[in-house]
Amino acid sequence: MRLEARPQPSVAMSIASPVIAVAITVVLGTLLFALLGKDPVRGLMVFFYEPIRSGYALSELAVKATPLILCALGLAVCYRSNIWNIGAEGQLLLGAIAGGGVALLATTATGGWIVVAILAAGAVGGMAWAGITALLRDRFNANEILVSLMLVYVAEMFLSYLVYGPWKDPKGFNFPQTQMFPASTQVPLLVTGTRLHLGFLIALAAVAAVWIFMFRTMAGFQLLVGGLAPLAARYAGFSSRKALWTTLLLSGGVAGIAGALEAAGPLGQLTPHVSPGYGFTAIIVAFVGRLHPCGIVLAALLLSMFIIGGEFAQSRLGLPRSLTGVFQGLLLFSLLACDTLIHFRIIWARRLAWNR
Amino acid sequence: MEPIALLLAATLNAGTALAIAGLGLLINEKCGIVNLGAEGIMLIAAIAGFATVVHTDNDWVGFAAGMGAGALLALVFGWLVIWLNTNQYATGLALSMFGAGFSAFVGIRYVQEKLPAREQFAIPWLADIPLAGAALFKQHPMVYIAIALTFAMAWFLYRSRTGLVLRSIGESPESAHALGYRVRWIRLACVVAGGALCGLAGAYISVIYTPLWVEGMTAGKGWITLALTTFATWRPGRVLLGAYLFGGVTMLQFHLQGMGVQVASQLLTMLPYVATIVVLALISRNPTWIRVNMPASLGKPFYPGA
Repeated sequence: MRLEARPQPSVAMSIASPVIAVAITVVLGTLLFALLGKDPVRGLMVFFYEPIRSGYALSELAVKATPLILCALGLAVCYRSNIWNIGAEGQLLLGAIAGGGVALLATTATGGWIVVAILAAGAVGGMAWAGITALLRDRFNANEILVSLMLVYVAEMFLSYLVYGPWKDPKGFNFPQTQMFPASTQVPLLVTGTRLHLGFLIALAAVAAVWIFMFRTMAGFQLLVGGLAPLAARYAGFSSRKALWTTLLLSGGVAGIAGALEAAGPLGQLTPHVSPGYGFTAIIVAFVGRLHPCGIVLAALLLSMFIIGGEFAQSRLGLPRSLTGVFQGLLLFSLLACDTLIHFRIIWARRLAWNR
Repeated sequence: MEPIALLLAATLNAGTALAIAGLGLLINEKCGIVNLGAEGIMLIAAIAGFATVVHTDNDWVGFAAGMGAGALLALVFGWLVIWLNTNQYATGLALSMFGAGFSAFVGIRYVQEKLPAREQFAIPWLADIPLAGAALFKQHPMVYIAIALTFAMAWFLYRSRTGLVLRSIGESPESAHALGYRVRWIRLACVVAGGALCGLAGAYISVIYTPLWVEGMTAGKGWITLALTTFATWRPGRVLLGAYLFGGVTMLQFHLQGMGVQVASQLLTMLPYVATIVVLALISRNPTWIRVNMPASLGKPFYPGA
């Protein structure tokens, strides 16, 4: 068996690859459940059926998919431009902090405009955080992978400092949390009786906007060329610095909005656990979604199932919640391996002597 | 003990894990492979080492378990990036995420476990020297092994023939391939060796440095180590010095807290991460300096015969 380069990347494989990867993950998951002595069928039900069983379950799926879609959209733009921002988690947290800060200023009498202010603050917070990465890469040539990741730890510590310190609810029995935001800051709900909020529609609008930006504008085209063929982009006079700043500020901005939506939406206050790792999961969402806005919606719903499935696995099967992380890692591994088949095909022939 | 001697001793201890992992990543990167999965490898090795010591009561078997786990994970990573030519960054990230999830998953039953009483070490005579003796000569043997390993790595990379081949692959895999070297297998060997060293560092963290298991206990040390190789401009000696520097910064926060400095603990905990960012920016400021020292094929896929 050997790999032979295809004359052209296979479009069919690039769509089939995530499906195969999910299938491989399911097989590995079944094995894992069997190894743990749990009924594999129940295990799979928890991950793939329970999260879509009822209308309420579906609404929860969309609630968790919202931050994933937003973060993954920004990351997809980054990765297509060959900018390796892996710090969406930190940018999301800063968005939550900035949005939460505005929400704490509101009173019950504040008008509905405060929600707009909260989201704007979130976007600015996320952009500022991503801007640090852009600045250090631009001015100091510092590796954006490491800087953006280090900033996640700094953001976590900063959030934790705020909720344990200056922003702690004085009447909160010393719990590390801010006071509940006034009702006026609540992001409007789409369906009463669920937690589904306007953010889901914002995320879908962002999908359309990013699609137009990437595939129908000159600025987007310049970014894609810069990612695919840096030398060609340079020859054409497309600025790589502009690409760096655009992609990072864009991805920071949407991640920040995702954070603000979480804070002023389902949470209604800040705690040290604003995000169960949405920013990291979004990296997988971006890849599984083929770095394409439409694919990202599907991938976000899938990974949202994984997150909810992990919670159910904990409550119903007594398995640790970190099972989600195991499945996420396995999914990305299988996906990357399957992606090889986009550019190569397998030749089942005897190895030739000169080909080692 | 004097505070300074205490800080020095703690710094050496904290720097050792970073140094061992840093040398592992150095050998990876010298042959042209970036392994962003270091954090995941260290976490899985940490629980592997810890669990082994819980069951066998033998630290050295624990270290071996950590190295084995690290080598195994690196083998999978290496197969993906070297044979299937998957993107090195994405594959490394996958490994880090898998490692974080898997270690937490496996480790949940070891959260309450305690290790047997930790051995005390002291080098006869030397340990009795005032100040310096306590700081330098009462360390775990692994601290000295890390230093010896640094010298061995420097000799291997710059004075041995194999080291020369390895570095040439990092600079130009195409040329090495044309000369008849088995580029993929040598790269795989480097990746596995690097993974084993990262694994040893992970086991050192959970068995010696902070002898317990907590989810995510390496707290970004894998990532700091990745920055360390850039900081060291890919030189073994500088990896060791850099490791002690970062170890010192990590320890400084505890000592500042101990000395009653009135700063919130969360802000002090930020210190190593902020220091990493600052140092990375300062070192990378001169692009030529990086370009001259960085292995030319770093992160790029290699297709033999293409």
